[in-house]
Amino acid sequence: MNKISSTRSKVYQAACLIVIILLALLFLFPLYWIVIGAFKTKQDNYSLNPIWWPKEWTLENWEKLFSRRSAPLFDIIIPFSRLFTKNGKDIVLLSGPVVPGAIRWLINTVFMAVAAMVLTCITAALAGYALAKKRFVGRGIVFSLIVCAMALPKQVILIPLLKEMNVLGLIDNIWAVIFPTVGWPFGVFLMKQFSENIPGEILESAHIDGAGELKTFNTIVFPMVKPGVGALAIFTFINSWNDYFMQLVMLSSNFNYTLPLGIATMQGENSIDTGLLMAGAALAAFPIIIVFLIFQKYFTKGITMGAVKG
Amino acid sequence: MARAAQPTVSRALRRRETVSGYLFMLPSLVFFLGFVVIPMVICIFTSLTDSMMNNTKPVNFVGLANFQKLFQDEKFLEALKNTFIIVVVSVPVTCAFSLWVSSAIYKMNNFFLSAFRCIFYLPVVTGSVAVTVVWKWMYNNYYGVFNYLLGPQGLGVIEKNINWLGDPRFALGCIILILLTTSVGQPIVLYVSALGNVDQSLVEAAKVDGATNFQVFWRVKWPQMMPTTLYILVITTINSFQCFALIQLLTSGGSGTNTVMYYIYYTAFKLTSTAGHFGYANAMGVILAIFIGALSALQFWLAKER
Repeated sequence: MNKISSTRSKVYQAACLIVIILLALLFLFPLYWIVIGAFKTKQDNYSLNPIWWPKEWTLENWEKLFSRRSAPLFDIIIPFSRLFTKNGKDIVLLSGPVVPGAIRWLINTVFMAVAAMVLTCITAALAGYALAKKRFVGRGIVFSLIVCAMALPKQVILIPLLKEMNVLGLIDNIWAVIFPTVGWPFGVFLMKQFSENIPGEILESAHIDGAGELKTFNTIVFPMVKPGVGALAIFTFINSWNDYFMQLVMLSSNFNYTLPLGIATMQGENSIDTGLLMAGAALAAFPIIIVFLIFQKYFTKGITMGAVKG
Repeated sequence: MARAAQPTVSRALRRRETVSGYLFMLPSLVFFLGFVVIPMVICIFTSLTDSMMNNTKPVNFVGLANFQKLFQDEKFLEALKNTFIIVVVSVPVTCAFSLWVSSAIYKMNNFFLSAFRCIFYLPVVTGSVAVTVVWKWMYNNYYGVFNYLLGPQGLGVIEKNINWLGDPRFALGCIILILLTTSVGQPIVLYVSALGNVDQSLVEAAKVDGATNFQVFWRVKWPQMMPTTLYILVITTINSFQCFALIQLLTSGGSGTNTVMYYIYYTAFKLTSTAGHFGYANAMGVILAIFIGALSALQFWLAKER
């Protein structure tokens, strides 16, 4: 009896494993198809019988991607100067050398994701510590506001946000995408979870030793919540990189596009050139996939910590 | 004497804590209030007005007229129906699928565990735009792999090429399939960690008492994973409600795939006759938020009842 059930469970386990491996291959296939499509010739991409492995590899898609519309590598502008100029455009202090549009998109995207990441980590680490360890008046209200906001769909507020950005003079500016990302309260919630683990006695003894609030934070709190900050950093980086809807609503001129937005627009313009689209998709996806693979451990930790007591 | 002094000390302490607490919260609160709370208030307020994108016309307060109009708007009702279909299909499937995958992989050695976890997470990291671009190609009427694999040269299930995304019978299903691949990643990570945290002594005790694997799972492990399941239900519901990029890039709301999120965007930015009708779009946003809030509350309540 026992023997039968154990063989049966072994057979079941082996079957499960095979199905999961097949499913994993299915999940990998779109990525494989992007990479292969980016290096296939036009004829191969338009063959009625899919070419699973190209005989002829080509770089023409990439050349096309990098030959489209050129833009200055960067612009240093005077903030808010558009409010005072006649044509409503910002005054440009310094422009970089002219590069292909796709490179500019890449730079915009990296700048956006890094800025959102740094700002989120700093603000969330400070606020999470306060929420976890300080018994201040109104703490309960602030915390329940944060939890409620997290349960609401972020995209619902995009239209009012656009109006607000209009008032602030930030329309078609990368900061209009960065600020709302920083404001999203998930980071504060996550850092509160991590800060709960700091023993109160250590903070008290630091206080008795005469350490100021900021010094306590820098020397005691921050080192202890570092793994949490790492998790939040990678989480914010990836989310901000891929937040297509926000980028679509906020950014309007081609130079200010991010990679996902640029690729989406390319698809709208010439959806027939698949090779070019796949090259674009690869450019948008691979930097972030590499970042994810490197920092995978932190990422997993962040996801699970956010759920505990959620 | 000592007793009388107590409250003053603690009040001073409390004041100090409050001041320093808010100073620590300040940078975060500026962004949170400025870019989350205020827009939410604006959203609710403009949903009661006839506000337009260009500020040339005066804004009139119209009460609940937008909401009344919404429930007579056939396009909105269709979008609402589609959104519910997406949620009702994708939430249970995502949960069941990720639970099954996680219970199969969580005992594997570290290398295989993280490899599988990574693979199932990859579509999320790849980003909705890149994922959509390649799936659109795979669904293509003439050159797509789906028609090839199911057609005469492949499995021979279909005789003629199917225009997957242009056919109202299939389009919504195709979109749900993509949505599923991009939403199982996080639940799998969560379930793997929850399964690893199950109290082993209870599992052992049940086994000694002669429980089968099936019983151990449903009677011992499942109840312990209830908080994780709840969290997964809530985040998957929110995600499914927000399905936007897939619709916009694949069908632009055509072939019976309009959803509330897409219709909001369409009304605010695309609809030519009433271009930039912010009040109306925000009314939809408020309804969407109410639905999500109610569903989350319901899920919490059901989980507590158990």
